[in-house]
Amino acid sequence: MTTQQPVDAQAPTPVETIELERAVVKHWKAPISYAVLTLVALILMVVLGRDGDATLRLASRGDLFALPDAVLPARPTGIVVVILLAALTALSFWAAATVRRLGIWLPIVFGLLFVIGFLSWSGAGAMIPIAGLLFATVGLSVPLIFGAMGGVISERAGVVNIAIEAQLLGGAFTGAVVASTTGSTIVGVLAAMVAAALVSMVLAVFAIRYFVEQVIVGVVLNVLITGLTNFLYSSVLTDNPALNSPERLPKLPIPILEGIPLLGPALFRQSIIVYAMYIIVPLIAWGLFKTTWGLRLRAIGEHPLAADTVGIKVTRLRFWNVTLAGAVAGLGGAYFTLDSNGAFTREMTAGLGYIALAAVIFGQWHPIKAMAAALLFGFASALQQTLGAIGSPVPSEFMLMLPYIITILAVAGFIGQSRAPAASGKPYIKQ
Amino acid sequence: MNDRPRDADDPIEPGAQPRVGGSPDSGESPTVVHAPEEAEVAAPAVAPPTDDRRVDEDDVWGSAFRRIMSGNLVMALLAILTSLVVGGILIAFTDERVQETSGYFFARPTDMLAAVWDAVFGAYSALFQGSILNFSRADAGFAQLIKPLTDTLNFATPLIAAGLGVAIAFRVGLFNIGGRGQMLWAAAAAGWVGFSFELPPVLHVLVAIAVGIVAGAIWGAVAGALKAYTGAHEVIVTIMLNFVALWFITWMLRTPGLLQNSENNNPISPPMPESAILAPIFGPPFSLHWGFVLSVAAVVFCSWLINRSNLGFQFRAVGYNASAALNAGMDVKRITMLAMLFAGGFMGLAGAQQVTGSVTTGFTSGIDAGIGFDAITVALLGGSTPWGTFFAGLLFGAFKAGGFRMQAAEGVPIDIILVVQSFIVLFIAAPPLVRAMFGLPQPGRKSRRQRRDEAALRTMTEQQPKTEQKGEQA
Repeated sequence: MTTQQPVDAQAPTPVETIELERAVVKHWKAPISYAVLTLVALILMVVLGRDGDATLRLASRGDLFALPDAVLPARPTGIVVVILLAALTALSFWAAATVRRLGIWLPIVFGLLFVIGFLSWSGAGAMIPIAGLLFATVGLSVPLIFGAMGGVISERAGVVNIAIEAQLLGGAFTGAVVASTTGSTIVGVLAAMVAAALVSMVLAVFAIRYFVEQVIVGVVLNVLITGLTNFLYSSVLTDNPALNSPERLPKLPIPILEGIPLLGPALFRQSIIVYAMYIIVPLIAWGLFKTTWGLRLRAIGEHPLAADTVGIKVTRLRFWNVTLAGAVAGLGGAYFTLDSNGAFTREMTAGLGYIALAAVIFGQWHPIKAMAAALLFGFASALQQTLGAIGSPVPSEFMLMLPYIITILAVAGFIGQSRAPAASGKPYIKQ
Repeated sequence: MNDRPRDADDPIEPGAQPRVGGSPDSGESPTVVHAPEEAEVAAPAVAPPTDDRRVDEDDVWGSAFRRIMSGNLVMALLAILTSLVVGGILIAFTDERVQETSGYFFARPTDMLAAVWDAVFGAYSALFQGSILNFSRADAGFAQLIKPLTDTLNFATPLIAAGLGVAIAFRVGLFNIGGRGQMLWAAAAAGWVGFSFELPPVLHVLVAIAVGIVAGAIWGAVAGALKAYTGAHEVIVTIMLNFVALWFITWMLRTPGLLQNSENNNPISPPMPESAILAPIFGPPFSLHWGFVLSVAAVVFCSWLINRSNLGFQFRAVGYNASAALNAGMDVKRITMLAMLFAGGFMGLAGAQQVTGSVTTGFTSGIDAGIGFDAITVALLGGSTPWGTFFAGLLFGAFKAGGFRMQAAEGVPIDIILVVQSFIVLFIAAPPLVRAMFGLPQPGRKSRRQRRDEAALRTMTEQQPKTEQKGEQA
């Protein structure tokens, strides 16, 4: 039908009251996910429940005031937690059925309850140092967060960044070598950023100038940088250990703040890279959504043709933003060799670049959410290490699998919404 | 021959220009029976036709030269050459003797040049002798001379099978990075059948490989189903499934009663019994086993599947244009899942070959040996065709076989092979870059002489009436 006709012409019989049909879309995926998790909790904490008390040590040395240990009897705690989880799940079902929106508090409370229940169950008869767990969480999350920020910037600009792993690895290697030769850790950090930015430039040139499939470039770059750093490590660094012994960035505790129980040591007894992260992440979030730069960046990632029409130089802007993304990821690389480890080793990033990519997706391409996702993955990893030390009832491999499974569920639409920037992965060919 | 230069305004004859949205198998122009798809309408605008018809008689050789030099084979050869040069630079750069002599380069440059030559020539001759013919053992008989060649075939065996797993997915427009996970599951399944059951010799190994293929196919189909029915991007899903498989297999390998060898505490499986090992084809001293024949069979099967079968036609149709395929009544979701199923199956063959052929003394979670990722480079170099993948697999097999000798004889770390491989793929993926590096003509862009002629013609046609065009260009 091409011509518009009045509605009356199609409905000759007059109806007295016209009921407009409302489109009601009910989302059942979230409640179903909660139900499955509650079931898991029920099986673990009640059916397979363990006896004994789990001692959560909340205090650490240097606290302003000491918190007492929290002693949780495993089985009763598990039962209480499962009942609360079931209540939250029921609430979620009710909200879905009546098409109500519940706040962000529901997943947070649900997650916290689940973690408390899980800790009391897995730590039954043992002591879990919570402050240490949080410290390890931050430590393991830092490279993930920087990598995820690199991913967010690049993908928001419309270039898929599978090469986060390569950027981290290249940054780690260069940081170690340059810091060792110059004797300055700050120069090392800057060199790491430059190296990762160079890796990013290769990605940008191939993706933007030559229209090569971006995922292919990313994967090949990962292989290339792995091979290159392995080659240089075996042929140069092993013979010249002086090239691979950088000074480590000093820990700079912030007075007073470091004494906050639980969080103080984890957040405020860190090196300059971690403090830089506290500034960079909000800065990126603010920049992306509140500045001209961010608006243009998002425009070229969502609809480059429209951006081009209003005079934004799509190709140039993409190129420099992908480069910037590499520089940010390079900070994460520097963290490996100049903060956490103190020397470069073969393939030391060990697939963390892919977890950072997972954090980008699970964080819905939003800097703050991606950081939260990275912290969650870092927590899972730290928990696996801690539980491994006290003898965990869950095989550590299952904890290690967690980030990947969560990501699969996220991209499959079971957890949250994952919608990539519309033009991400598509080259812009100007006519 | 058309004697008039074509302007942009001229109507474009059907059949004269390469199609971008994918050409039907017959060379004729398609009869459009449905509303034209976007790709069909937009195609002529995207690819400017290479206009061979208006080339003068005396420029035939130039035109032929251009066409050959912009072809795929030459591109592949140039990409390989360039990558070897890059690898050579790296080898020279990291060689100790070169570093020493570079200190007094300006006093005696010949020293450094000789050192560079020694390092690079030594490395690449070791690469050749480790992969093709071993001249240093030529006096020990013909068998020793050609033994490296059979080593190459051996290393190529899983690369070819895995390469097919990536190539077939490419043809459907899917990117299978999940080779690692699919191979791990296949290796675990084939290994489990191998050491848990007692069967007659030939049957045992065949059953083990079949079970491995099925396991790989299932893991591939999981990714395919997630892509088809939830829209999850297959790249993300396959990467994540790799790690899930890695940790799951690691757990099974260290858990007694599952895959762990009961005789020790290491995360390693029991060794394969004699009946579950692929037999050597020629016997000692050659290590080449029947797995290679299986890979060749897989190539033949894949070639038939893609080019001759009904399903393969649907694969290609979905790969060219999924919405057109949907319009033509194909079940795109089912095809997506089936494509990943087959891709996983080929990966599974590679994984099964690893445990029944290469590593028969018990496997660890590193059994995939990076082949899942190498396969991507193999498929890309092979242009995603079965036989292209075969030859690309042979090449990378040769690199691997030679790389080990290079490491042993010349002290050049085998990681250089990874670097060379990645460069090959980067160059293959960006033909304009290679053409620019070698000063070759870009297709679609006219040669300098053509441009000059055209400019001359244009000025003439503006000045003179149209009848006196030809033969007067300076």
